[in-house]
Amino acid sequence: MFEQLSERFQSAFRSLTGRGRLSEANIEEALREVRRALLEADVNFKVARGFVEDVKARAIGEDVLKSVTPGQQMIKIVHEELAALLGGRADTFRIPSGAPAVVMVVGLQGSGKTTFCAKLASYLRQRGKSPLLAAADTYRPAAQDQLATLGGQLGVPVHVGEAGADPVGIASTALREARETGLDVVILDTAGRLHVDEDMMSELDRIREATKPVEILLVLDSMTGQDAVNVASEFAGRLDFSGAVLTKLDGDTRGGAAVSLRAVTGKPIKFAGVGEKLDALEMFHPDRMASRILGMGDVVTLVERVQEATDLEDAAKLEEKIRKESLTLEDFSEQLQALKKMGPLDQLVGMMPGMSKVGRVDVDERALARIEAIISSMTPDERRDPGIIDGSRRKRIARGSGTTVQDINRLLKQFDAMKKMAKQFGRLGKRGKLPGGIPFAM
Amino acid sequence: MRKPFSRLRDGLAKTRRAITEGIRGALDRGTGLDSAALDSIEETLIAADLGVETAMHLIAGLRERFGSGATTEDEVREFLALEIERALQAAETEGVQGEPGAPLVVMVAGVNGVGKTTTIGKLSRLHVDEGRSVILAAADTFRAAATEQLSIWADRSDAHFVGGQLGGDAAAVAYDALDAAIARSADVLIVDTAGRLHTQKNLMQELVKVKRVLGKRLPSAPNELLLVIDANTGQNALSQARMFDEALGLTGLVLTKLDGTARGGIVVAIARELAIPVRFVGTGEAIDDIEPFDSSEFAKGLLGVDEAPSETT
Repeated sequence: MFEQLSERFQSAFRSLTGRGRLSEANIEEALREVRRALLEADVNFKVARGFVEDVKARAIGEDVLKSVTPGQQMIKIVHEELAALLGGRADTFRIPSGAPAVVMVVGLQGSGKTTFCAKLASYLRQRGKSPLLAAADTYRPAAQDQLATLGGQLGVPVHVGEAGADPVGIASTALREARETGLDVVILDTAGRLHVDEDMMSELDRIREATKPVEILLVLDSMTGQDAVNVASEFAGRLDFSGAVLTKLDGDTRGGAAVSLRAVTGKPIKFAGVGEKLDALEMFHPDRMASRILGMGDVVTLVERVQEATDLEDAAKLEEKIRKESLTLEDFSEQLQALKKMGPLDQLVGMMPGMSKVGRVDVDERALARIEAIISSMTPDERRDPGIIDGSRRKRIARGSGTTVQDINRLLKQFDAMKKMAKQFGRLGKRGKLPGGIPFAM
Repeated sequence: MRKPFSRLRDGLAKTRRAITEGIRGALDRGTGLDSAALDSIEETLIAADLGVETAMHLIAGLRERFGSGATTEDEVREFLALEIERALQAAETEGVQGEPGAPLVVMVAGVNGVGKTTTIGKLSRLHVDEGRSVILAAADTFRAAATEQLSIWADRSDAHFVGGQLGGDAAAVAYDALDAAIARSADVLIVDTAGRLHTQKNLMQELVKVKRVLGKRLPSAPNELLLVIDANTGQNALSQARMFDEALGLTGLVLTKLDGTARGGIVVAIARELAIPVRFVGTGEAIDDIEPFDSSEFAKGLLGVDEAPSETT
């Protein structure tokens, strides 16, 4: 997500992180870079100006010049201010129990509302709710079909209105349907609309009146340019939405729209959309996002994903094996499976500290698939004791997995190297956490 | 040209107002083009999504042309309009043509939610209105109901339609559609593709495959490769254009949703840095809300130069 912005910040502060002395002119220079980075990230120019002034005031107030490591001090201030601007702490998303609660989803055309509605349904169901998806977009051709298909994929019921029906009516009947069938959340997908379209905006007013939603979420494309401030403030003025959702953050957008939205409305950003799969929804964590902006990496998200994908018991077993130096190719294969559950590799790499400096990293997912094929072409004995894999076995495995003997050799070599590394970990004797591990080097 | 000053100008209305007011405000201080005035004009340009790089380039040009002396608002606007027009014109190319006796094949790509399918419906209408027979190919086999959406647009624009299965092979749909277009001697084939972020390697490879497969059936195909860009998009549009161009070799852009609030300034940056021309602009949700892009009109519309007499009515 904000990779390029963090690069800009890093280059802005390169002179500050050195041991050289810092002058007021240095600070000015760094702040100019900060401003430029924010503008290139599509942060609204007024917001960027205000942010730079705040940072400057704080930097002077805290006497950065006199501190031992002025560069670090500056980075800390910029980071803290940015995190504060983005919302400080992660927001909670709670749906009251009891009568069916309505979550209304609004936004411009193409911001990703329908996909988000499906993701939210999946998210809520995982947390014990019974959602109903309601398609109140009667304008875009086939929009209702899209929601119905997504609902079908998830196994979540979808309320679809009659062709040409009034969106307000659809919303009300959906609510009634939820009440009658004992569902506790209605997720209302509304048509994309322009914030200056008076008729369409007043339709949202009427839907709100009719359904009394507990949450109104504004879906904002994270690639939005300078107009994000107007979109956010018009929707806020008109609907007083309760939170925002930032979509398409899995691309390379710098996402300054998030900063603009927060600055002009003060509304919390509650979710981040990070992919097209229906489980690619995350809570928005302002502090992590700010860390990421500054190139500190998004370690917390990485660790969380690892934990989600790894069974604790499995992890304990693995640790045990590492200590006993009895790691097998079967374990290796299990690790790969866990890794795959965590999401696309290039996304994971982007979260690691320092990786934004390296630039684009090419992670070959196909190499992973090859390794899997190789391991699954082995006999159980071979997996437990790779030592027995001789020349003719190698040939057989290569044929079975559609690879070459060289591929098999490489994998076995890597596995050997990994085992040696694991041994060293084991000898350290620490019960150091190896959460799922990323035990291979391609 | 359907009318002298078209909807493109209306689409830029809000941005134009902001820019003209910004320039007026900058010069109102009465200190000429001093650095404070230039800074403030620069911000005005950035606010139109022109990007820092392009805005700085334009400001440097202003400084060189006028020094720091007194200048009128009109001079500044005319100078900037001319510079922007030149940048856009430098990227212009000859329009594409199909092989004689074969359909003109247009392939349309873009990130999610920019309005590809709607744009195709409108392009289809343009061709049909000019008497051509059109086939629309739904090679977006990923997004739920994308095929249905395109088939509705085919009906609305009196075009024929070739679709595939959800989750099917996009390249196969494209190939079959081209086959059908050749068999039925259609004049134009427009291929819709699934929205994808330009950073998704595998999905970009899929697009390359769609393009390659079209070329297998008809060597000149696709004749036109259009990237659809949402006029609300900020600087990320540059990254989109760069990476789609690297993968596919774009022949042009379609700027969508230029409906009054969006800025659209990013096309100037794309023209300057990547030399990719804008072919069409979408200005609304109705089927005829599309028109060929005109560099001069866009530049003048953005800066409020040459207010047409007809517009004041």
